[in-house]
Amino acid sequence: MSNTDTQGELWEVFIQSKPGQSFKHAGAIHAFDREMAIENARDTYTRRGEGSGLWVVRSKDIVSVTPNEEGYFFDPSNDKVYRNPTFYEMPEGVKHM
Amino acid sequence: MKTSLISQEELLLEFEKKINAEQKIEPLDWMPDEYRNHLIRQMSQHAHSEVIGMQPEGNWITRAPSLRSKKILLAKIQDEGGHGLYLYSAAETLGVSRDQFIQWLHEGKAKYASVFNYPTLTWADMGAIGWLVDGAAITNQVSLQRTSYGPYSRAMVRICKEESFHQRQGYEIMWKMMEGTKDQQEMAQDALNRWWWPALMMFGPHDSDSPRTSNAMKWKIKRETNDNLRQKFINKTIPQAELIGLKIPDSNLVKLSDENYQTSDINWDEFWKVVNGNGPCNEQRLAHHIKYHNEGAWVRESASLSNPK
Ligand SMILES: [Fe+2]
Ligand SMILES: [Fe+2]
Repeated sequence: MSNTDTQGELWEVFIQSKPGQSFKHAGAIHAFDREMAIENARDTYTRRGEGSGLWVVRSKDIVSVTPNEEGYFFDPSNDKVYRNPTFYEMPEGVKHM
Repeated sequence: MKTSLISQEELLLEFEKKINAEQKIEPLDWMPDEYRNHLIRQMSQHAHSEVIGMQPEGNWITRAPSLRSKKILLAKIQDEGGHGLYLYSAAETLGVSRDQFIQWLHEGKAKYASVFNYPTLTWADMGAIGWLVDGAAITNQVSLQRTSYGPYSRAMVRICKEESFHQRQGYEIMWKMMEGTKDQQEMAQDALNRWWWPALMMFGPHDSDSPRTSNAMKWKIKRETNDNLRQKFINKTIPQAELIGLKIPDSNLVKLSDENYQTSDINWDEFWKVVNGNGPCNEQRLAHHIKYHNEGAWVRESASLSNPK
């Protein structure tokens, strides 16, 4: 299987649908440079006002958790229940907490 | 790496557990080769169909009867190019490059939807394609929104949102023609006569003749069988035809009950003839793609040279 690509690098596209909201992954595009990447992302993923913001990042720069290791990887958070508000006892009748 | 300690059987068990629990499979997850290969074939075929499908409609851009219809047709065709791009990039997550997909198309190793191997002879064909061909594609794609492979499923959700405009613009063309002169009505009916059967063929062979269906269903790549989807399409399309005065070109058509129709069987000889490369436009469609891909080579080359990295 060939991995050479004459069509530029692969970039991941993230769209913010409204101001104030988180950016959400939409898909990917090909482009040769940053300017072409953001324009291709616009033409491909936001033809109907889907976005108020747009990010592109080279796919190869994305760092991801290795599958099957999520368990170990996220383990440190599991034994710290005191990070959740429901962990704490509160006196009867306390308000605005 | 702990992964090397896990046996293939355990990985397969884990994989199938996820599938059964309706969890999506993501690009970096372990998956059986057969699952990956099925997706590579199906998703690239789907992507190629979107792109090759631009040709029969592109044929009418310069001859659209009004500025309004020209703008709509351009936007519709641009969407189809976009659908191709969503699907190529989703398919690339399986570890195959875009160049490779295109090479397989050019070598005839990858297929695209046979329906695009029919010619577009009149303006009414723009109506018939949007209404019937996009309509059939939507029926299939709505079901594929629930496919088990995450990137494919997400691409389908995006595509389905855009498709309903495609179908409506096509049906509007047919309706307007049926409201028009006798010549226009005949033109619309002629387009339906020519596109009805190819549209029904889009769902593929009968389930009993579709060897790959069972694994694809088991692993939830496909969620509904060919025959089921075809029947859904038939049942919703026939009333739409009748509403605007079009006649389905099938003398054996039977209305079984409300919104349930029985059609004649498809001419499977014709189906296989077109699938195997001998339809009216197979050569033309592929030659066109190869020509413009090759003519664009210098653009890709010079863009890659000027890439500052
Ligand atoms: Fe499409
Ligand atoms: Fe479409």
